[in-house]
Amino acid sequence: MGVVDVALSQLADRVAPVTLATEQRLAGPAALHPVLPEGGLQRGWSVAVEGMGAWSIAAALVAPVQGSEGWAAVVGVPAFGLVAASGYGFRLDRVVVVDQPPPGRWAAVVAALVDAFDVVLVAPPSVVAARDARRLRARARERGALLVHLDGGRTWPEAVDVGLRVGPSRWEGLEPGHGHLRARRVVVTGTGRRLPGTPRRSELWLPGPDGRLAVAPPRHQSARPVPVPVLDRAG
Amino acid sequence: MGGIRTLTVWCPDWPLVAAGVPGVEPAVAVVANRVVATTAAARAEGVVVGQRRREAQSRCPEVVVLERDVDREVRRFEPVAAALDALTPRVEVADPGVVAFPTRGPSRYFGGDHALAAQALELVEVVLGGTGAARVGIADSSFAAVLAARAAAWEGTEGVLIVPAGETPAFLAPLPVTTLERPALTDVLVRLGLTTLGAFAALPAADVVGRFGTEGRQAHRLAAGEDAHPPDLRRPAEELAVTMELDPPAERVDACAFAAKALADELHATLESRGLSCLRVAVEVETDHDEVHARLWRHEGALSAAAIADRARWQLDGWLSSAAASRPRGGIRRLTLIPDDVVPATGRQLGFWGADAERTDRVTRAVARVQALLGFEAVRVPERCGGRGPAEQLRLVPAGAVDLGDSRNATDEGWVREPWPGRIPDPQPAVVHPEPIPVDVVDATGRTVAVSGRGVLSAPPAVVVGGGPSRTVRAWSGPWPADERWWDPDTHRRRARLQVVLDTDDGDEAHLLVLEHGQWGIEATYA
Repeated sequence: MGVVDVALSQLADRVAPVTLATEQRLAGPAALHPVLPEGGLQRGWSVAVEGMGAWSIAAALVAPVQGSEGWAAVVGVPAFGLVAASGYGFRLDRVVVVDQPPPGRWAAVVAALVDAFDVVLVAPPSVVAARDARRLRARARERGALLVHLDGGRTWPEAVDVGLRVGPSRWEGLEPGHGHLRARRVVVTGTGRRLPGTPRRSELWLPGPDGRLAVAPPRHQSARPVPVPVLDRAG
Repeated sequence: MGGIRTLTVWCPDWPLVAAGVPGVEPAVAVVANRVVATTAAARAEGVVVGQRRREAQSRCPEVVVLERDVDREVRRFEPVAAALDALTPRVEVADPGVVAFPTRGPSRYFGGDHALAAQALELVEVVLGGTGAARVGIADSSFAAVLAARAAAWEGTEGVLIVPAGETPAFLAPLPVTTLERPALTDVLVRLGLTTLGAFAALPAADVVGRFGTEGRQAHRLAAGEDAHPPDLRRPAEELAVTMELDPPAERVDACAFAAKALADELHATLESRGLSCLRVAVEVETDHDEVHARLWRHEGALSAAAIADRARWQLDGWLSSAAASRPRGGIRRLTLIPDDVVPATGRQLGFWGADAERTDRVTRAVARVQALLGFEAVRVPERCGGRGPAEQLRLVPAGAVDLGDSRNATDEGWVREPWPGRIPDPQPAVVHPEPIPVDVVDATGRTVAVSGRGVLSAPPAVVVGGGPSRTVRAWSGPWPADERWWDPDTHRRRARLQVVLDTDDGDEAHLLVLEHGQWGIEATYA
C-alpha cells in the first residue's frame, strides 16, 4: 500500500460517522413488545427461538430490520419457509440463503456474513466451540448484526440475550372434514439474559385471521357456570 | 474543444434483430411486462416503447411478445463489433446495438468522414446480411454521435448523418432534455421550463453545479456538445491493469465470469484507493493456444463488478460463437482488465439511498467471500415462481447471477399473476421439509387412507404414524389433488394434499400431508 493509500484510509477512519446508542436499537414488532426487553432488541444480540411456531416468530422479528434497508442471511436451514416468512413481512429481495457449511467452516462462514448482514439466522450442524462463539459474539456486537438461532440455541455454548419460546398453540379454521387452516393462537414466553426474573408471557395470533402477527385478546375464561353460594337464611 | 469526434454505429431494434425477427413482422421485446423494443411493423400499429404488454397487445393483437435476452443480444452483436475492428483498434461497445470509436485516425486514413462512414456502414451491413438496418452518426462527442445516428434513421440520408465539426452544439440545441436519460434531472429541468438541450446548455456552468452538483455538470457538458469528462491524454499507468492467471485453463464461460468478478473487485479497489475512475475498461482474454481477444466496454464509473463480469461473459460467448476461423481453440489461461481513460473520481452524489449502495456493496463482498469458501452454488437468492405446493412457489438462484442492488421484481408478492387453481390457501407453512417425511395415515379401522382417482378420500384420517410418536388427527381438510404435467410422461406427477391438525401434549401440530404413489409424507409443517 502506498503512502497515499495509508493516508486515505486513516482519513476515512477519522471521518466515519459515530453510531449513536439509539441507532443500536431495533424495534420489535408491536405484538411482541410485552415479551421483549423494552419492547425491542439491540444490534449485536443473540436471539434463540424454539417451539412450534418459532420460525414464524423469527420471520416477524427480522421483518422490521429488513424494512430499513437491512439484509438477512439464512445459513444451513434449507427447510426455512421463505414464502411463509414473507407473509409476516419478511422481504424476499433482502435475503440470501446459504447452504449448511461443514462443521469446520461454520464459524468462518458466519463470521464473513456477520460483517455485512444485519441479521444472520443459523442452526449450527454441531455444538459450536466456546472460542468461536465468543469471537462471533464480539464480532456481531462490533458490526451490529443480530444472530438468530433457529434451533433454540441448543448448539450455542453461551446463554443467549433473548430466548423466545412458543408454547401450546391452537389452530382455528380447520374442522373434521372441511375448512382450512386460518389462524392460530399461541403463547409466547420471553426469557434470556436481558429478561431476568419471571419469564414474560403473551398470547398472540400467529397468524391472526388477517394473516398477521397480533396480540390476541384473552378468550372467555371458562364456560362452566361458577356456583353461587346460597345464603343461609337461618344464619 | 471538450469532446472527441466520434463515430457511432447504431442498430435499431437490436433486441428483436438478435432474436431473428424480421422487421416486417410485428413483435416486441418486454422486460417485466413493459415494452423495451419494437419492430417497424409493430410501430406502424401504434405500439410504442414503454407501454405495458397488455396495451401493446390491445393495439396490435397479433404482435409476437418476446422476453428480452441480453446475453443473446450481446452475443449476436459481437460480430458487428468485430467487423469494425478492421477500421480501428479502439472500438468500444456501450450497449448491445451501439458501438462507437474515435474518428481522428481512421478518418484521415480513409479520406474524410463521409468515406469513413460509408466504410463502416458497408462492413456492418455485410455482417448483418440484411437482417437488420444500421445507422451511422458522426459528431464531436460520443453522446451527440449516438443522437446523430438515431436522427439519421428519420432523415433518410442513406443511414448516415454527419454533424460538421463545430456544429454539434447547434445540432443538439433543439433536442429534448429527455435524451440525457437522467430522469431525476430531466423532471426538474422540465418543471423549470427548460425543455431543450440548448436551453439547458445556455445556463451558466457555475449555477448548474451549485444546483445539481457534479452529475448536473456532466449532463450540462453533454448538452453543450462536449464529453462528460475532459479527455485524459495520459496513457494509463501500467500498474493499474489487473491480471489473473487461470491454472488449469478454464473451459467454461461461467468459471471465467466468476474470475472476472473477483478481478473487477480488485480493479475497483485499486482505482478507488487512488481516487480514480475509468471511462472504459478493456477486457482481454488469452487462451493457452496464445489467442487473444480484447474488447473495450464503456464504464464511466457506473459499472459494478457484477456488470463487468457480465460483459466478460458476453464477450466470451460472442467469441465462442463467432466464425470458425476466429473461434478460440484452447481454454482460457489469462484474464486481464485494463482501465482506459482514467480520470480523477469526482465521487457520486449520494442521494437518500446513498447508504444503501454502500451496504449492497458490503453484502456483495460478503457473498463473494462465502462463495469462495463454499462454492458458487452455495449462496442463493429466492425468486417467486408459480406452483401449488409450498416448495414449488419459490426458486433459488445463485446470488452471483443477480445484481443484489437491483430492485428485483421477481420477489414481489404480485409477481406470479397466473391463478394456480388447487394451490394450498394461505397461510403458508413455515417449515418446508426438503423431502417429505414418510408417515402412514390410517383411518379409524387402521387401514391406510387412500385417495380415489376423483380425489375422494377412502375414509377420514384418524391417526398419523411415523415421524415421531403416533398422534391423533383432531381436524383435517382436503384432499387438494394436483395432477400436474399430464402431457409429459417424464415429468407427470399426481399428488394429493391434506391439511391436518394433530393433538399432542404440547397443543396442536398442523402439517401438510402429501400422497404420491401410494405413500404418505409430511410435506410441510405449520410451525
